Amino acid sequence: MTVPTHHPGDTLLIDYAGGALGEAASLIVATHLALCPCCRLNVAEMEAVGGALLETIEPEEVDPACLEMVLARLDDLPPLPRAPRPKLVCQPAEVPLLPEPLRRYVGNDLSRLPWKRLMRGMDCYDIPLASGSERRGKARLMRLASGVGPPHHTHRGIELTLVLDGGFTDDLGQFARGDLSVADDSVRHRPVADEEGCLCLAVTDAPLHFTGALGLILNPFVKF
Amino acid sequence: MRAETVPLKTCPKTWMQDLGSPAAGADRTFEELLTAVGRDRDRTAFAALFGHFAPRLKAYLRRQGCDAGGAEELVQDVMLLVWRRAETYDPTQASAATWVFTIARNRRIDALRREQRPEIDPADPTLVPDPMESADDGVAARETAGRLQAALKTLPPEQADLLRLAYFEDKPHSLISAEQGIPLGTVKSRLRLAMERLRKAMRDSR
Repeated sequence: MTVPTHHPGDTLLIDYAGGALGEAASLIVATHLALCPCCRLNVAEMEAVGGALLETIEPEEVDPACLEMVLARLDDLPPLPRAPRPKLVCQPAEVPLLPEPLRRYVGNDLSRLPWKRLMRGMDCYDIPLASGSERRGKARLMRLASGVGPPHHTHRGIELTLVLDGGFTDDLGQFARGDLSVADDSVRHRPVADEEGCLCLAVTDAPLHFTGALGLILNPFVKF
Repeated sequence: MRAETVPLKTCPKTWMQDLGSPAAGADRTFEELLTAVGRDRDRTAFAALFGHFAPRLKAYLRRQGCDAGGAEELVQDVMLLVWRRAETYDPTQASAATWVFTIARNRRIDALRREQRPEIDPADPTLVPDPMESADDGVAARETAGRLQAALKTLPPEQADLLRLAYFEDKPHSLISAEQGIPLGTVKSRLRLAMERLRKAMRDSR
């Protein structure tokens, strides 16, 4: 299995490890982590930094009654069961295309999703997130036919795109399964789906600005 | 390196007297205490962990925007989760402080933002396995944690300050840049430089 070549980068991973990202951006970073052992190691190390920072924080006195209250409740609480281990008697007949945590958000049967057509060769499905989290970003699945790409656009804020199947190419290079593209307001790019088409997860934290004539028409519908 | 032990004399007397032999927790590391909680449901070990971590968790939650009362309630929630999940703690994977940090982080995202925190599932058949994982050297995570804490003290103040903002204030680096009036590129490069130095310290003895 190939390992991704385009990564979120340290600052985004620190945001994830520290818990500062909203649900949408966390979903795309965590789904990249499932496909990228190298970024998983980085995040484990960044969590260790979180532990070291917790050790060095200036402590604040806690009311001694707190411990008594906690101790009084210990016996009421059974240990939480360990995460159920899959029975690895045999390998699953078919490995699901979508990794966790994305799979628990959208399922694994893409044909059952209520896809919305944006333009010819381009469909999307908006992923429901916790109510209120949308001001921190939106997440959607995008399905592009071969050679299709969204109109020229720049970004206000940040756009993250993770390839799940197939691939796309833009000014920054070729992106295949597991690759994560990070585009901020300095990037004006035009991704185009490769020959085999492209299924990707896209997250934005602010509306896109379409810059072409078609963009002006599309913008009200895309609402990205 | 000298083994870090529980600062028992700082524990409030009121509850230490109720807990049998205070010496039971005196010479154990936090990792050993956490393991004892998981294995034996050791209440003395748990009380010692509470004495160390609860005031730090309270400070952490206060910086996330909790008032004093709310922070103490969440500290109790986090410590109850520590009690219930201790069985799953693996001292080769994380130091006690790191493990407690991740529980506190997830609990406050849930409580303060009412959001889920999407995370990988290690048992997912779709997960791409780490080709290096078999070369696990089993170095206890607390040794790494010791080097990490020492390295943290050597960071230039402007890097250490940004790192604290990033971990403690629930703000992504783009927002830190806007609020602090520091250009985004500078925020990124400082965080990256800090992380490079800390990473080197963690990986040094492998």
